[in-house]
Amino acid sequence: MSAEKLVRMANQIAVFFASQPEAGAEAGVADHIRSFWNPVMRRQIYAHLDQGEKGLDPLALRALNLLRQSDPAARSEM
Amino acid sequence: MALNRETDFGTPQKDGPLVSLTIDGVRVQAPRGTSVMAAAAKAGTQIPKLCATDSLEAFGSCRLCLVEIEGRRGAPASCTTLVEEGMVVATQTQRLVDLRRGVMELYISDHPLDCLTCSANGDCQLQDMAGAVGLRDVRYGQDGAQHHTIGKDESNPYFTFDSSKCIVCSRCVRACEDVQGSFALTIDGRGLGSLVSTGGADFLSSECVSCGACVQACPTAALNEKSVVDMGTPTRSLLTTCAYCGVGCTFRAEMQGDKVVRMVPSKEGKANEGHSCVKGRFAWGYATHKDRIVKPMIRAAITDPWREVTWEEAFSYAANEFRRIQNTYGRDAVGGITSSRCTNEETFLVQKLIRVGFGNNNVDTCARVCHSPTGYGLKTAFGTSAGTQDFSSVEESDVIILIGANPTDAHPVFASRMKKRLRDGAKLIVIDPRRIDLVRSAHVEADHHLPLLPGTNVAIINALSHVIVTEGLIDEAFVRERCDLQDFEVWARFIAQPHNSPEETEKLTGVLAGDVRAAARLFATGGNGAIYYGLGVTEHSQGSTTVMGMANLAMATGNLGRRGVGINPLRGQNNVQGACDMGSFPHEFSGYRHVSDDATRDMFENMWGATLSAEPGLRIPNMLDEALEGRFKGIYIQGEDIAQSDPDTKHVTRGLENMECVIVQDLFLNETAKYAHVFFPGSSFLEKDGTFTNAERRISRVRKAIAPLAGLADWETTLGFAGALGCDMHYDHPGEIMDEVAQLTPTFAGVSYDKLDALGSLQWPCNAQAPEGTPIMHVDRFVRGKGKFMVTEFVPTDERTGPRFPLILTTGRILSQYNVGIQTQRTQNNVWHPEDVLEIHPFDAEQRGLREGDLVALLSRAGEVSLHAHISERMQPGVVYTTFHHASTGANVVTTDYSDWATNCPEYKVTAVQVQRTNRWSDWQEEERRSSGLMRVIAGKADSGKADAAE
Ligand code: SF4
Ligand code: SF4
Ligand code: SF4
Ligand code: FES
Repeated sequence: MSAEKLVRMANQIAVFFASQPEAGAEAGVADHIRSFWNPVMRRQIYAHLDQGEKGLDPLALRALNLLRQSDPAARSEM
Repeated sequence: MALNRETDFGTPQKDGPLVSLTIDGVRVQAPRGTSVMAAAAKAGTQIPKLCATDSLEAFGSCRLCLVEIEGRRGAPASCTTLVEEGMVVATQTQRLVDLRRGVMELYISDHPLDCLTCSANGDCQLQDMAGAVGLRDVRYGQDGAQHHTIGKDESNPYFTFDSSKCIVCSRCVRACEDVQGSFALTIDGRGLGSLVSTGGADFLSSECVSCGACVQACPTAALNEKSVVDMGTPTRSLLTTCAYCGVGCTFRAEMQGDKVVRMVPSKEGKANEGHSCVKGRFAWGYATHKDRIVKPMIRAAITDPWREVTWEEAFSYAANEFRRIQNTYGRDAVGGITSSRCTNEETFLVQKLIRVGFGNNNVDTCARVCHSPTGYGLKTAFGTSAGTQDFSSVEESDVIILIGANPTDAHPVFASRMKKRLRDGAKLIVIDPRRIDLVRSAHVEADHHLPLLPGTNVAIINALSHVIVTEGLIDEAFVRERCDLQDFEVWARFIAQPHNSPEETEKLTGVLAGDVRAAARLFATGGNGAIYYGLGVTEHSQGSTTVMGMANLAMATGNLGRRGVGINPLRGQNNVQGACDMGSFPHEFSGYRHVSDDATRDMFENMWGATLSAEPGLRIPNMLDEALEGRFKGIYIQGEDIAQSDPDTKHVTRGLENMECVIVQDLFLNETAKYAHVFFPGSSFLEKDGTFTNAERRISRVRKAIAPLAGLADWETTLGFAGALGCDMHYDHPGEIMDEVAQLTPTFAGVSYDKLDALGSLQWPCNAQAPEGTPIMHVDRFVRGKGKFMVTEFVPTDERTGPRFPLILTTGRILSQYNVGIQTQRTQNNVWHPEDVLEIHPFDAEQRGLREGDLVALLSRAGEVSLHAHISERMQPGVVYTTFHHASTGANVVTTDYSDWATNCPEYKVTAVQVQRTNRWSDWQEEERRSSGLMRVIAGKADSGKADAAE
């Protein structure tokens, strides 16, 4: 899937959680992506992080960096 | 199976304390409010009647149902006389016999005596009554002022009106008013000269919506199904469920041998209580249409002609291809789509095959593109992905918010129930960009119509809540007891902010602040408040947010957990609810349990003897994206036409073209089949056993009326394919599949075919706590415990109008056509909707120099199609509207791939477009026409590959 599309989806999710009580926003985005995106999509967005994070909303970026640490998909091969 | 006619009690059944009386010497008990006629019928005595039938309140005009009551003078009509304690009734005395004969003589003297050749012979209540009263001769001549000479009205494609057979009992008029709510018929004139009238027009051009209620109510052949006229009366029947919309009406399929003669709505159906719409009642002819494909077919390339093969060859070809693809491109390179038109059992099998046989979770369903935000939003707020009420709950609603739904077209039988309640005094708030019929129609008028701009649902729902919070209209007791208070406080602070006020949101929605305030006050203070909604809510980039916003509104006003209230999604296709329940989503097993939940997965793994993936699979749009990138190569699509129904058609077809094995299982060579390599012929709802689950969570039986035309029912086809893949699944009957669902799914634990046969239908959750099902959810507590208020900030969609695309396109449906039209277009319903048209406001039309009927080009950044313009004040300036029923229009060529933030449900309801006059079809349409036939050629069949017969 194109990075542009994934970035748009991640940003949309971030925009929703940005309006939620602050404490949960980052975890909210991370949890949503972990629950609904399949590993291929998650790997692709992690690859995008490595390629300069272009276009990502700051909350989405923080959430993805958080998720990546615990996500087995971040470590396995495609 | 014999033709089991339902007993007609003459007047509606009542609830109430029991009253004792004596009828013909027998002691009888009946609820207070019951008529003597119904009490007698219940006790087994049918009092002769003509103008009464139990779908209608008594009218008392024919005077055939006279009885004698001790202590009362004269002979009162039993249909209009209510039971009383101690009453002593005689139904059959010599005096009554004489009186009734006299009445019958009068009727018969004005009736043609051609019983033997009449289409209602054997199914005529006039004939029955003549027998029942012992009529032997008629003293009056047959040459008075009579109805005989007036011709037949055959304009409706499905029924005839022959006024010579009419006894002017006015049952039809009352059925049209009370049951259907259309007020299309009247009785004109007086006495013997009176006549049923459609208001100067014939049936087809009148206000009639062809629901069939009058035909069903008519005691004679005056209103008669054309299929009965052609074929004669049916000889056997069975109960089944309509396969069209999410209302899920129960029907009696009435047959002769293996031919369906007619479909008659059943009183036993709790979703419809004996009513129907034109689709379920009449538009079933597609099931035996000559375009049905009844042989399996394969081809190596989509440019090759199809080759008919045996089932075995089709299964083994498909299985070999899928295994080859997985060996070459990896296990995740294949997936499948379950159908909201198929049964629960079939859906369950397809997702099982994908999870077990394909070894991944790449399963999705058409609910992705309609109600996935409902699932997400309601699960977040209440803990369960379903509507909260049963349909009959609306009878106790006092204020109804109808948002983004057009039930008179899309859920007609529910609309009739709602209209009845509105005629009885409930208030209505319509939130819709268009002036839908319910804003004003016969005897129904909305108290408020809030005509918002498409894409601003969240803003208007927030504004309603803002008024409720800031004007002190919260139901504090409910919130304190039932909801999470911390969440509530966060939400209340958010919603009270000035940017959520009607005055501020007016700038976004275009709806006057005063109207929003008035509507909010009405909803909060008007008694039981219910919210009904449809795809106008979900198919937006903020679809899930709007669902949560409505949940907030309902909780804040205490409108949950009893009859008359609640949040009610009106589901599109017959089994959308069921397809979701059955684990069709890539992240969830049946019963909405996430695949990463170890305990749930263990249970499935043990039952299925397989290792299951704990990772969510690909959703439909993701599968197509992956296909475009060359990683996703094979798909098994049961009963869905993504090349027509899904947004951004060109993206979909490019994705399909990139795959190496597309398997389509359907009744017809649909649009998607043009890109397929394997075609498994499907079976219609008449050809199989199973269950559907409607919008009120009601599980109803589908029963096999005729043998599958292609030899296999859809569930058997999935089993065949699974077997060829080496994935052994064995079931002898769909009931065994339901037993497995029940074992694996706590909300279905108490469901079985035996119980469904005994009780007629069941609303889940059905388990040890609720052995007979759950009509109303969240009665004492929410499924998740405390109700959760969510902050619902309005975020405008990225899809913006601008100089190039200055108008907003929104899409929808109409009554006579169903979804992509593959079924209804193979019926005579086309007389009502031969093509999709573009509705445009006179102002926008004038600016573009458009006249009614002009061919116009509709352009968006995704594509262009041409269609005819219909100038309509139902639209607001700046907004245009079309339906997506016809493949040749290709409405989804112009919709974009923007989608709901949470579920990727496409944003069908908002596309920035331009409209301009044109004199040609678009390039896409021309190419479609050119290639359409070529991609459907079947080897050895001379007439195959002609452009779709239905188009
Ligand atoms: S058409 Fe049938 S239902 Fe209507 S008034 Fe005549 S006989 Fe009665
Ligand atoms: S078919 Fe339905 S809408 Fe038409 S006249 Fe009869 S009852 Fe009325
Ligand atoms: S289409 Fe819907 S409303 Fe019409 S008969 Fe079928 S289930 Fe009932
Ligand atoms: S049935 Fe009672 S008056 Fe006609």
